Amino acid sequence: MDSVGKAMPKLTINGKVHDLDVAEDTPLLWALRDGAGLTGAKYGCGIGQCGACTVLVDGEAVRSCVVLAVDAAGKDIVTIEGLGEKGRLHALQQAWIDHDVPQCGYCQTGMIMAAAALLRRTPRPSDADIDAAMTNICRCGTYQQVRAAIHAAAKA
Amino acid sequence: MATVQIDRRRLLVGGAALGTGLAVGIRLPGARPGARAEDGSPEVTAWVVIRPDETVVVRIARSEMGQGTLTGLAQLVAEDLDCDWSRVTAEYASPAANLARGRVWGDFGTGGSQGLRASVPYVREAGAAARSMLMAAAAARLGVDASALTVAKGVITHPPSGRTLTYGAVAEAAAKLPVPRRVTLKPRERWTIAGQPLKRLDTPPKVTGAQVYGFDVRLPGMVTGLVQDCPVTGGRLVRFDAAKALAVKGVRQVVRIDDTSLAVVADGFWPAKTALDRLEITWDYGPNAAVDSASIARSLTEGLAAADANDGNSAGDAAGGLSGAAKRIEATYSYPYLNHAPMEPMNATALFTGERCEVWCPTQNGEAALEAAASASGLPAAKCEVHKLHLGGGFGRRLAQDYVTQAVLVAKQMPGTPVKLLWTREEDMARGRYHPAMQARLEGGLDANGRIAALSVRLAGHSILGFAKDPLVFQGLAARGEHRFGYAVPNLKIDYAMRNSHLKPGFWRGVNINQNAIFLECFIDELAHAAGKDPLAFRLEMLDGDVRRRAVLEAAAARAGWGTPPAAGRHRGIAQVMTFGSYVAAVAELSVSDDGRRVKLHRIVAATDPGHVVNPAQVERQVSGSFVYGLSALFLQACTVEKGRIVETNFDSFDSMRLAQMPEVETIVMPAGGNAPWGGVGEPTIGVAAPAVLNAYFAATGKRLRDVPLSKAGVRLV
Ligand code: FES
Ligand code: FES
Repeated sequence: MDSVGKAMPKLTINGKVHDLDVAEDTPLLWALRDGAGLTGAKYGCGIGQCGACTVLVDGEAVRSCVVLAVDAAGKDIVTIEGLGEKGRLHALQQAWIDHDVPQCGYCQTGMIMAAAALLRRTPRPSDADIDAAMTNICRCGTYQQVRAAIHAAAKA
Repeated sequence: MATVQIDRRRLLVGGAALGTGLAVGIRLPGARPGARAEDGSPEVTAWVVIRPDETVVVRIARSEMGQGTLTGLAQLVAEDLDCDWSRVTAEYASPAANLARGRVWGDFGTGGSQGLRASVPYVREAGAAARSMLMAAAAARLGVDASALTVAKGVITHPPSGRTLTYGAVAEAAAKLPVPRRVTLKPRERWTIAGQPLKRLDTPPKVTGAQVYGFDVRLPGMVTGLVQDCPVTGGRLVRFDAAKALAVKGVRQVVRIDDTSLAVVADGFWPAKTALDRLEITWDYGPNAAVDSASIARSLTEGLAAADANDGNSAGDAAGGLSGAAKRIEATYSYPYLNHAPMEPMNATALFTGERCEVWCPTQNGEAALEAAASASGLPAAKCEVHKLHLGGGFGRRLAQDYVTQAVLVAKQMPGTPVKLLWTREEDMARGRYHPAMQARLEGGLDANGRIAALSVRLAGHSILGFAKDPLVFQGLAARGEHRFGYAVPNLKIDYAMRNSHLKPGFWRGVNINQNAIFLECFIDELAHAAGKDPLAFRLEMLDGDVRRRAVLEAAAARAGWGTPPAAGRHRGIAQVMTFGSYVAAVAELSVSDDGRRVKLHRIVAATDPGHVVNPAQVERQVSGSFVYGLSALFLQACTVEKGRIVETNFDSFDSMRLAQMPEVETIVMPAGGNAPWGGVGEPTIGVAAPAVLNAYFAATGKRLRDVPLSKAGVRLV
């Protein structure tokens, strides 16, 4: 059998170390979803275009469908499931609820993770900062609410 | 108060189940005989379950795909139930139980902007019936007459004695009472839940990752399958060599699904994808292998002048009116095939045991999914079940159940093993139910006063319903019904020549209003300019007598400041349509780079009159969302064909608007109320964004763009 690479290095996801049995060419997205059972990061395109799969790797927004899981080994991976702390919602998640942002919701976890990376870098983003950072696709068209919620979370 | 006679047939259907002791002959799958929810809580009516802790569970038959119908329907039930909104949750009614109980929840179909408006009468009655049963139970408990009781937020009070009882306390007794034959509905003025901009019920799990979509389903022992269908519709699968695919670690099997498709079954998406890429497949591309976009366009263009057209709307003598006109203009427009591209690609999970078949899936029609499961499994529908999941977008694509059929056909070959069958984005793009391609040839004549003396519109393109007299092609152009034309033109001829390609067409958000609104509202704009008149004034002058149409147009224009000069460098365009029973209008404001190639949308003001509104905040979101969907298509999208197959395989070639391109959308929600029929919300407004933008582009540049997408002309949205 091929595709049986060397043993997969351990992944640190949401502060927990995971030993995942996946082939070494496995994108991080599928290691998270099928390996670790964390389905908050979504598949939308598989080619880095839509951002539905966005997670944080060492604090940066990463489209996990185009990053190999092995390359994230030893780094700090945060998914939507681990964004809030100690059972509390992250300010962005709360703002998303307050502004009733999601429609179908499928893009929203990736949207929130992209926003989390933005706020980490730029705590009080301007509209232009938001325009530049938020390049995820939302087919339902929630962009106005996304912008409002990011501003609200920045003030929270 | 309005008293409504509950429809006799529905009473027999629902009431027979509920009225005679609730239990006779009823079996909820997985539950005890009798009207109880799975957790044992009493079902007061089929729509309302009340738990001892006062939680009110509202059963929902339609599907939630982002449009907010789940919350809206719950608001309607809760309003006439008089319960505490903060205790309301919603759950899907089971399609199998619906079948077993004589369709007690009615239609599960969620399309045509019908989800809410078609459900209104019976969901309100369901809430009111439950209320009346709860009050009767409380009256019996307190030994008083029900008319002596009042209720607010699920707390029943007997004012003379000050005694109170909660819904949770009397639900058990209420559930044993007969369903009343007559119920009293609350008049609109007393609504406190319906009509309010309440928050959606389905938001919290969508921001934590806890929401389980079809793609996220996990069952014990489950395997994951990826589908590959013949790239050319009409072709077939001849054979495949699975040796290399099976060598990939984690791959279980490669199975033929049917004549045209196969699936790789593995322990997860990635091994399945790796194996799919290594599979050696021999296809017979069939009779459509030579079709391309140019040949399709030629066939449509031929249809523009063909004799085999069917009349849609006519008056007077269009040919005579045109030849006698003081001034005459003509134009040809085109609109391409489009994929729905919901964020979540098609998928379904199926478990077949030989005796039963269960499916977990996102679908716009739970009953149709159940039928698909039954027919693919070969089992009677009574032995099947569909577990509905929230959709990661639908837009019409999930009205077709092809992916459910596939999942069951694979599961049938692996009895006892749950199979999650997924489509890659590439499969989803190739296997669409495409928005029909259409062309239009328009000729208009003005009289000496600059009024429209004659108009002829020839449509040529793909019929979704697949027949030459397809009435749906005349959306927004029809003489009667929910999609009326609306202008007073003495000599009119609107007809249609069907020209179908091998692609499978489907209902794409807005359906045929997308192109018809562009054809008509841009050409009206052309006529206004030919007449030397202001586009708004020209429309107001030419409208028929429908005051609601005039009202939305005037409201949007007033809010947008039509008639006052826009900021330097900015230009405005206007459009209106009446479709899905709603009146909508929009004014777009944009600026264009000097070379005409870069468009910045600043603002769109929309006005919508859907007759009645259940949740104005959700209406606003549907309006701005519909603009993103429609304008993404206008600027960026087309499904083109080469060698019989779709060229665009993913979001790199089928792009979608991003946040930075989003204009400020301001929505005026102005329901006529009263006796106005209920109109739709999710789709109507999509029609006005594109023509308003195109008309504004003309105002900015003096140039008419008549072919969609605008990327073909090198025009980009920035
Ligand atoms: S799924 Fe990763 S960017 Fe689309
Ligand atoms: S909320 Fe549906 S795709 Fe963004």
